[in-house]
Amino acid sequence: MGRKLFFDPILSGNGTQACADCHRPQNAFSDPRQFSLGIDGIPGFRNSMPLQNLAWNFSQKFNWDGSAPSLEDQIFEPVTNPIEMNNTWPQAEASLKNHSEYPQLFKEAFNGATIDSILVTKAIAQFLRTLISGNSRFDRHLLGENILTPQELNGINVFMSEELGDCFHCHGNPFNPLWTDNTFHNNGLDASFTDLGLGNVSGDPRDNGKFRAPSLRNLAYTAPYMHDGRFATLDEVINHYSEGLVFSETIDPLMKSVAQGGVQLSEEDKAALKAFLLSLSDPEFINNPDFQNPN
Amino acid sequence: MKKLFITLLVSLVFIACDSDDDNNTPADVAVNLKFSQNFNELQVTALNLSTTTYVNEMNQELNITRLRYLLSRLVLTNSNGETFSLSPYHLVDISRPETLTLNTNVTIPEGDYNLSFVYGFNEEDNQDGAYNDLNAVSWNWPQMLGGGYHFLQMDGQYNVNTEPAPYNFHNGTARVSEGVFEQNFVNFNLPNTLSISEGNTININMDIAEWFRNPNTWDLNVYNTPLMPNYDAQKLMQQNAATVFSASVE
Repeated sequence: MGRKLFFDPILSGNGTQACADCHRPQNAFSDPRQFSLGIDGIPGFRNSMPLQNLAWNFSQKFNWDGSAPSLEDQIFEPVTNPIEMNNTWPQAEASLKNHSEYPQLFKEAFNGATIDSILVTKAIAQFLRTLISGNSRFDRHLLGENILTPQELNGINVFMSEELGDCFHCHGNPFNPLWTDNTFHNNGLDASFTDLGLGNVSGDPRDNGKFRAPSLRNLAYTAPYMHDGRFATLDEVINHYSEGLVFSETIDPLMKSVAQGGVQLSEEDKAALKAFLLSLSDPEFINNPDFQNPN
Repeated sequence: MKKLFITLLVSLVFIACDSDDDNNTPADVAVNLKFSQNFNELQVTALNLSTTTYVNEMNQELNITRLRYLLSRLVLTNSNGETFSLSPYHLVDISRPETLTLNTNVTIPEGDYNLSFVYGFNEEDNQDGAYNDLNAVSWNWPQMLGGGYHFLQMDGQYNVNTEPAPYNFHNGTARVSEGVFEQNFVNFNLPNTLSISEGNTININMDIAEWFRNPNTWDLNVYNTPLMPNYDAQKLMQQNAATVFSASVE
């Protein structure tokens, strides 16, 4: 039922938009547009995040800015956000109660309880927790299959070397294949901030310009990149860390080479790093029939 | 058989009574740990992260934005040589208050003890990927540098009032050369006696200033980042670790 709700426009104000419209399976449940459009055609201001392996976000801070303290809380928000689904929960509940199938489905799923917003978010959250990606080429390499190319193997070295990419302090490692630490960093995008990110949520100026490190898993499908989708390609992202860093007061000290603009990777290292990053793609995940539209 | 059983039962009753009647038997108390940090006379807490400026032995002004460290094999030993294992390992993250206390669920008789622990993991414990909770917070040390886990991460900016530049004071296994590694943990057997009774907490403190001065005076203009693959920096850190920790009863 969670899956049915996720793909059903019934939760939106005018019945035209489902969660899946901005979290598309083919894009690892993200949106290829820089900013998603709500039911009235109004764009948001952050790039839609992919949805995968969410049960392992132990910090329980969701969204780019950590504003949702649980997956269920995250689901509450877009339904009523005026520039997203622009609905009210009483209205959404009424639509579900008047539907030919949902009353029975809720009864079966929740032991006879009546439909309400809490149960809706629980059902969708449980579906989202089933969105598990763990079969990329790199995952199979970790399981002992000898399938990576020499260039991809060089790429993991660039990723894991403190004197080269130094990506691993924020983006996981072979023993943390979530490929994120799920915490918040200022990664040197701007000298001053139009979007305060975590700082807007915590009210602490030390958090200004910090955003949650996104998982690198499936990034072949999740362009564009960064919280504001400013980079259209993976090459632009790598170039940012190599030459494009900008100092600001809250920049993470892990952005060690900011004075030189970045870690100054050679073209060969960049190509290797990119090859490794693409080995994190899991086509089985985006094509899994259990994760597609059932409606 | 029956007679033997009765004899045993009577003995047990006697032993039990003997134990109950002995007013000198110390009460068992739970062991609670607390972790604190200072930089010379200044306490260092999450509130100080990024904002407070500290001055190291070389008069370099620095701030701290991240501080995490790992202690393992925390053990109390009494004067009879009996040992009480408190925790196999514990990661302190100054930004996560829940890691600054550790209620061990271990009970010990009231009395005098000495505390010992390992800074980082010893060779036996420092196994690649062996601890899921540490993997989840990306505490791993790269395999090309010997693998296992970080022992310390301290990040911030130095020369904060002139030309701020980042430092990454990260410690773990030292790489001598490609494929050749040297252990870098430190065994601590703190000399002071801890008198523990009901309601006490053992406070383990890290004096961060010691990382920068004892015995090696640390020059952040020379050793800032990257330090993980730098053998000399890794060994200097290990040497300086020897005086950073102390423990007291509160």
